[in-house]
Amino acid sequence: MAVEIKMPALSPTMEEGTLAKWLVKEGDQVKSGDIMAEIETDKATMEFEAVDEGTVAKILVAEGTDNVKVGTVIMTLAAEGEDASAAAPAATKDDSPAPQAKADEKKADKVEDSAHPAQEKVDTGARQLFEAAAHKAEVENPEVPAGTEMVKTTVREALRDAMAEEMRADERVFVMGEEVAQYQGAYKVTQGLLDEFGDKRVIDTPITEYGFAGVGTGAAMGGLRPIVEFMTFNFAMQAIDHIINSAAKTNYMSGGQMRCPIVFRGPNGAASRVGAQHSQNYAPWYASVPGLIVIAPYDAQDAKGLLKAAIRSEDPVVFLENELLYGRSFDVPKLDDFVLPIGKARIMREGKDVTIVSYSIGVGLALEAAETLAGEGIDAEVIDLRTLRPLDRKTVLKSLAKTNRIVVVEEGWPTCSIASEIAAFVMEEGFDDLDAPILRVTDEDVPLPYAANLEKLALIDAAKVVKAVKKVCYKG
Amino acid sequence: MKQDYRHPHLPYGNEVFLIVAKAPVRTNEPPIPNRERPAEPQPFEANPEQLLQFYKEMLLIRRFEEKAGQLYGLGFIGGFCHLYIGQEAVAVGLQSALDGERDSVITGYRDHGHMLAYGIDPKVIMAELTGRAAGISKGKGGSMHMFSTEKRFYGGHGIVGAQVSLGTGLAFKHKYSGDGGVCLAYFGDGAANQGQVYESFNMAELWKLPIIFVIENNQYAMGTSVNRASSEDQLYRRGESFRIPGIQVDGMDVLACRGAAEEALAWVRAGKGPVILEMKTYRYRGHSMSDPAKYRSRDEVQAVRDKSDPIEHVKRLLTEQGVKEEELKKVEQDIRKTVNEAADFAESTPEPEVGELYTDVLVETY
Repeated sequence: MAVEIKMPALSPTMEEGTLAKWLVKEGDQVKSGDIMAEIETDKATMEFEAVDEGTVAKILVAEGTDNVKVGTVIMTLAAEGEDASAAAPAATKDDSPAPQAKADEKKADKVEDSAHPAQEKVDTGARQLFEAAAHKAEVENPEVPAGTEMVKTTVREALRDAMAEEMRADERVFVMGEEVAQYQGAYKVTQGLLDEFGDKRVIDTPITEYGFAGVGTGAAMGGLRPIVEFMTFNFAMQAIDHIINSAAKTNYMSGGQMRCPIVFRGPNGAASRVGAQHSQNYAPWYASVPGLIVIAPYDAQDAKGLLKAAIRSEDPVVFLENELLYGRSFDVPKLDDFVLPIGKARIMREGKDVTIVSYSIGVGLALEAAETLAGEGIDAEVIDLRTLRPLDRKTVLKSLAKTNRIVVVEEGWPTCSIASEIAAFVMEEGFDDLDAPILRVTDEDVPLPYAANLEKLALIDAAKVVKAVKKVCYKG
Repeated sequence: MKQDYRHPHLPYGNEVFLIVAKAPVRTNEPPIPNRERPAEPQPFEANPEQLLQFYKEMLLIRRFEEKAGQLYGLGFIGGFCHLYIGQEAVAVGLQSALDGERDSVITGYRDHGHMLAYGIDPKVIMAELTGRAAGISKGKGGSMHMFSTEKRFYGGHGIVGAQVSLGTGLAFKHKYSGDGGVCLAYFGDGAANQGQVYESFNMAELWKLPIIFVIENNQYAMGTSVNRASSEDQLYRRGESFRIPGIQVDGMDVLACRGAAEEALAWVRAGKGPVILEMKTYRYRGHSMSDPAKYRSRDEVQAVRDKSDPIEHVKRLLTEQGVKEEELKKVEQDIRKTVNEAADFAESTPEPEVGELYTDVLVETY
């Protein structure tokens, strides 16, 4: 029986990709390790290798086809001694979706055969976060002039555009980090920058976080405006001394003489199935340090407008992105110079019954939960903090005064968290407005496990948010 | 081409001698021929005015630090206070070779001497030590955290070795903006064992950054002698695996220091990348004021003071050149006066306004 070869996933969150090129044609013999095709996503390009030996029977998806869903049968392979032409019709029996057809993904996922289990979309905690991040703000951003044309942009592109625009405007701005130049960014955030700005301003560093964080900080003290990319913030632990002791404190220690206008940026928080050392939210760490600005955007327009603001700031900024959000598309206003104010939260959904406060990827879950709750007659207001230091207490307290109930949603540990901080200042400054205790919905207090089922248990999801909200509303 | 540290007045026969003698003898070693290296530096030929200037600057540091030690004892200075006594020739010799218009300097927490060598008013330095509003950091930095962006002196850093990466960043800035400047980054023999130093060496050579790494080897990292902490105790060789040339210099001789600085600057300004200067020096006082210095004998310190003191060395040269005893006495009196005035100022000038607590945390308002 012919073997069905399916569109592979290049990452745990990949849903679809482009079949860029076939390197084999029908009738070719292939053996294990032969490269059969090139597959692209917005994040990466990958060569697709044969695992089985056989003859290429039928190519079912033409090269250059975009949006091929993961799990779609893209070719069939006749085993040795099997008639390749006879193997071809096997594909017609397949019920997986045609690439351009409106696919029911879940159905496609269930397609399995014993020889080749379908690319299973494992139900993980990260997937819940990723799926929820399809939710958009339900309120117009007051900072965007009414009637502005919107362009669908991924968070990844928005970040790149922000850097490119600021680099065009200011010679002192440069980007340094691991794989930012020739490789185009480990997560493709710096894609195209090397071509436009050259290797003087887009600089590949050795794997040497402590060292290049110090070099960037020193360059900022000398008067440049570095953007230091950490491949992930997990690796910034090696460099945290410079972020805190050198960048954050020097202005104060020098009585205002030594400024340090630098941006430390990169993905933060849990990705998908990458284990404990690569899955941590450092927001509370940095947000506890006076002298730093800490920003953690959710959607693409905030990513762009706030990164531009961060680059222009005279202060050191820790800019926390999220890998699961990079590929998500949102509307970004088409404006020549879209810069957002640092330190202002954003109301993502208006409501009167309860306030759900979150930031970064937690905002998607908060919006999803709000949708569910609306169906049950609870009208939730969702606030995206956007900046974690300085924290926009005013917006939170104002919302609380309206709803009298508050739940904080944070993809991170509970102890000494941003959620704890919010609970503290709400107690101190908004106690009289509270009709119920503040509840925190956070990750479990454990290192993030690898096993899909345990990861799912450890991370937050919308159901947990719904449950907490009902509790503070004394409903269920 | 590398010379052993053999100061004519080194007190051979005590522990200092042992430290030096344990090092492998390298005088007959052929130079590694695979690449160009800086020439062996020649002692600087100072004219009488220059020599007198060196003397004044070094003596100012010495008397200033002695006074700081006194004020610490009286409770005017708190926290940590690391004195530069014994190492004066290094800062004075090296910094005298810099171009004040474009070069930058960065160092660790033992920073009073480097500030004074820049000609910064002793009053604002002393007032920083006493935590007063008139201090160069408004009293908010203290002994370890002093800066003068005006003079391109970038501090004053308290985490051992951090200034090496930061200095590499300053050198990056010099190259990026093409301002022709060179960064002089000082660190001690203790910092020379920090990982980020080698991360910085790697990038500095890889990108041919204009930086002179100055290892002030005063023989003790707090209480640990170099050879108890360093597998390669000839610290000028620490750049070899990064292809950074190193020069060992008699850090007790201001003319040797200046000569080495000129050679290093010529190398770096020619675009040949970084260079390491290992300055063999000695601190007379403890690591900080709270260090009883039990790890070395009183005799050892006294022997260095008697035989290799950098200030006495210059004084001798001046006398040989015919400078009169009275003239040197006058210099001494003037410096004591300056230092006393600085101390009086630092004791009497007011502490920062309470509102200063909240200023300078951030530059902008959000």
